Amino acid sequence: MNANLKRPAPALEYLTTKKDELVGWARKFSLFPYPFVTACCAMEFMSVSSTLYDTDRFGAALPRFTPRQSDLLMVVGTVTHKQAPILRKVYDQMCEPKWVIAFGVCATSGGFYQNYAALPGIDKIIPVDVYIPGCPPRPEMVIDGIMQLQDKIARSKHPIVNDRF
Amino acid sequence: MSRPDAGTMREQLAGEGREVVVSHGTVVVELAPVAVLATAQELKARHGFDLLLDVTAVDWPQREPRFDVVWHFYSTRHFLRVRVKTQVAAADPVVDSLTGLYGSAGYMERECHDMYGIRFRGNDDLRPILLYEGFEGHPLRKDYPKRREQPLVPYRK
Repeated sequence: MNANLKRPAPALEYLTTKKDELVGWARKFSLFPYPFVTACCAMEFMSVSSTLYDTDRFGAALPRFTPRQSDLLMVVGTVTHKQAPILRKVYDQMCEPKWVIAFGVCATSGGFYQNYAALPGIDKIIPVDVYIPGCPPRPEMVIDGIMQLQDKIARSKHPIVNDRF
Repeated sequence: MSRPDAGTMREQLAGEGREVVVSHGTVVVELAPVAVLATAQELKARHGFDLLLDVTAVDWPQREPRFDVVWHFYSTRHFLRVRVKTQVAAADPVVDSLTGLYGSAGYMERECHDMYGIRFRGNDDLRPILLYEGFEGHPLRKDYPKRREQPLVPYRK
């Protein structure tokens, strides 16, 4: 046999990376958001998820309407004290790993509602990863928020990466 | 028969301890708390006010009696609006319920009870409608502290 006909090595025979980075890269593009939508910010949420701004690009396209199948809780709009137990229950039902985005100024801090009814920021009852202020936020701000969350996911330590993996 | 306008309605409603004026096209009737039920009955049966639009209250903390209770009626036949106002004291803020005349009064009276603590005689279902069980006080009263919160979920540290 002619030695020259030896098959050439494939271009990407192997790839070096850190396990955490690999898992982080996979996770950051497979966000499954659960929209907890309560108020007018919903309009902006629809706008940012549909064609023109298209959050599909970030792998965050498919809203799951059960918290058990999602890993990103998007709290969109004002949360009242009366609603707080529901939000807490939804959050508790989500499996780890999970992330939370406070979408809009009401979810962030209560906004201009400083009264008997409104919860002054959802971080009073659940931990929040990314705050997107604005009333409502511009789609660019939402996309920036999602990208910041992706960075955070990519940088973080992933508990499924251990000695056996 | 021509349709009555606000002026003729004002004339028809005047008297019997009722003070009636026309304000911005709305007939405004001020009367004593005991006369509310009879007046509502008259408005519905005789003058064609078939729609109860709102039941609410106004808090005048410096005034005695402290509360105004306000009803808005609309006539889909005459296209007229009537506002009925009465005054009740903070010590015993009770007026008659209109649930016997208008089914829609039920929810609105519950809201008014939530927000101002007005009680409606004859409405047995004054459970919280916008507020929640265990809420103390009445938030639209002027002496309810603006910043007072009554969270249902304990805050994180």
